[in-house]
Amino acid sequence: MTLDAPIIDTHGLAKRYGRTDALVDLTLRVDAGEIFGFLGPNGAGKTTAVKLLLGLARPTGGGGTVLGAPLGDRGARREVGYLPELFRYQPWLRAREVVELHAGLRGVDGGAPIDAAAIAGVLADVGLADRAEDAVGGFSKGMQQRLGLAVALVGSPRLVVLDEPTSALDPVGRADVRSIVRRARDAGSTVFLNSHLLTEVERVCDRVAIVDHGRVLASGRIDDLLGESVARVRATDLPAAAELARFGAVETAEDGWLSFPGLDLERIPDVVAAIVAAGGRVHAVDAGRATLEDLFMRLVGGGEVAA
Amino acid sequence: MRAIWIIARLTIAEAARRRILWVLLGLTLVSVSLTTWGVERLVSLARGGDATELEIQVGVSQVLILVAFMFSFVLAMTAAFLGAPAIASDLESGVAHAMLARPIRRADLVVGRWIGLVAIVVGYACASGLLEIVTVRFVSGYTPPEPILAVGFLSAQAIVLLTFAMLLSTRLPAIASGAVCVVLFGLGWMAGVFAGVGRFFNAGPLVDVAEASRWLLPSDGLWRGTIYSLEPPAVVLVAVGRGGPAAQANPFFATSLPPTPFLLWSAAWLVLVLAAAAFSLSRRDL
Repeated sequence: MTLDAPIIDTHGLAKRYGRTDALVDLTLRVDAGEIFGFLGPNGAGKTTAVKLLLGLARPTGGGGTVLGAPLGDRGARREVGYLPELFRYQPWLRAREVVELHAGLRGVDGGAPIDAAAIAGVLADVGLADRAEDAVGGFSKGMQQRLGLAVALVGSPRLVVLDEPTSALDPVGRADVRSIVRRARDAGSTVFLNSHLLTEVERVCDRVAIVDHGRVLASGRIDDLLGESVARVRATDLPAAAELARFGAVETAEDGWLSFPGLDLERIPDVVAAIVAAGGRVHAVDAGRATLEDLFMRLVGGGEVAA
Repeated sequence: MRAIWIIARLTIAEAARRRILWVLLGLTLVSVSLTTWGVERLVSLARGGDATELEIQVGVSQVLILVAFMFSFVLAMTAAFLGAPAIASDLESGVAHAMLARPIRRADLVVGRWIGLVAIVVGYACASGLLEIVTVRFVSGYTPPEPILAVGFLSAQAIVLLTFAMLLSTRLPAIASGAVCVVLFGLGWMAGVFAGVGRFFNAGPLVDVAEASRWLLPSDGLWRGTIYSLEPPAVVLVAVGRGGPAAQANPFFATSLPPTPFLLWSAAWLVLVLAAAAFSLSRRDL
């Protein structure tokens, strides 16, 4: 496998359960060293896609490779860490023992052994150093999810697949996960982050794919997908005759916000001056761009989503 | 192979941590104590009367067979309810997903679980069976002709049910797998009774169907091995000489060990059903 070979490469991947198409045509590429966000509303086919990538389910169409090997290849799975959406671990084991178990299973058939220091280190990374000797059965959901992250990250796998890794975490926990994911990337792992929490994805991912009804609706770098910046100004008492056409197309919202898509952000002072000169009153200026949520809502069309 | 041993160890550790082993040990002590006390009382009463030592030995052997039947039932239930959730519960809870995303075969999970559970069931059978035999000998003086063989057949019967429960567990929920297994265990035992009675009455089709079902689920045939191993040889000779086919109709009496082809088939059956369980799980979408 060459350095620029994709970590994940799928073509027309499909999965049908009975009469239900869970995944119709998944074509995507994830390159080494990136954090890839896999976005979609509930039921879009995200978890199905993850299961196909890991060999937990078999595709009914298409195909692909993970780490250069066919989907589900055992050798490739040695270099994959996985946090399932249903993060359940043996409740009668201690947290350290759960990670040891997975370290042992990762090392079968010639895999490099993972020592106790590495296991302690990964537990510390996810904030469970003090709970390493506690039984998992007594853990909160958030702590179990942190344990799942430790399981996924132990041994520094080349690919880390995280299925909804922050679903049970509070805001502090979510910030921790973002930090953990970035550190994993910096340590050389490629991260495939499956989520419907757009803010999380937007903050941490390099590239994303948005899926719905089993199809990829858009994919690429977040900057490219979000496109041009949008300057917005909230103004009142603005005469109808105000000369704003020279700033390009103007979109007016009921709450007084004027949007100037494609406007060079350097010209915002000119816009404000023009409004004031026309007798309008400026209350707020937002020199931003469309959010991932805006894009998501436009593509998915009002599906269930959480920011 | 390493994955299999990791999972087998995990299975045994689970039984210990979840106190299954300790519950089984406690039940063994309670049941052995009670049944031994019962045997001691019966023997004392018999010796106080005019029973001969041979009669006492025959009586004790029959009680021992009934106790073994109780243990076989308890073992069957234990095997069914250990085997039934072995795969199904891990799939339902999601525990299996994280493990099977590791570089292990699904067959490793099945075989590892099976080895661990077989160790538990055989350990329980040996502990309870041999302890019962030793204590009965202590209070009555009777030692069955083949105590090790008896425990071996008892264990084999439980392993049959355990393996079958695990096969069901790869496709059915744990409760359904356990229930099906228990029902089939009962039907298998009844098939053995029907086969014996049918032979006595020369009811050809009944015997054929009953025999076929005994081969489909060889638990009852193995149970016959337990009985034979516990019987005094003199009783077998007398019963066969006097009773003939009528003796075979008794579900608590055996005129011989299970035939070698049946034992070979039972071993092959275990391998086939275990392989089917591994194949079934490997073809399943998680």
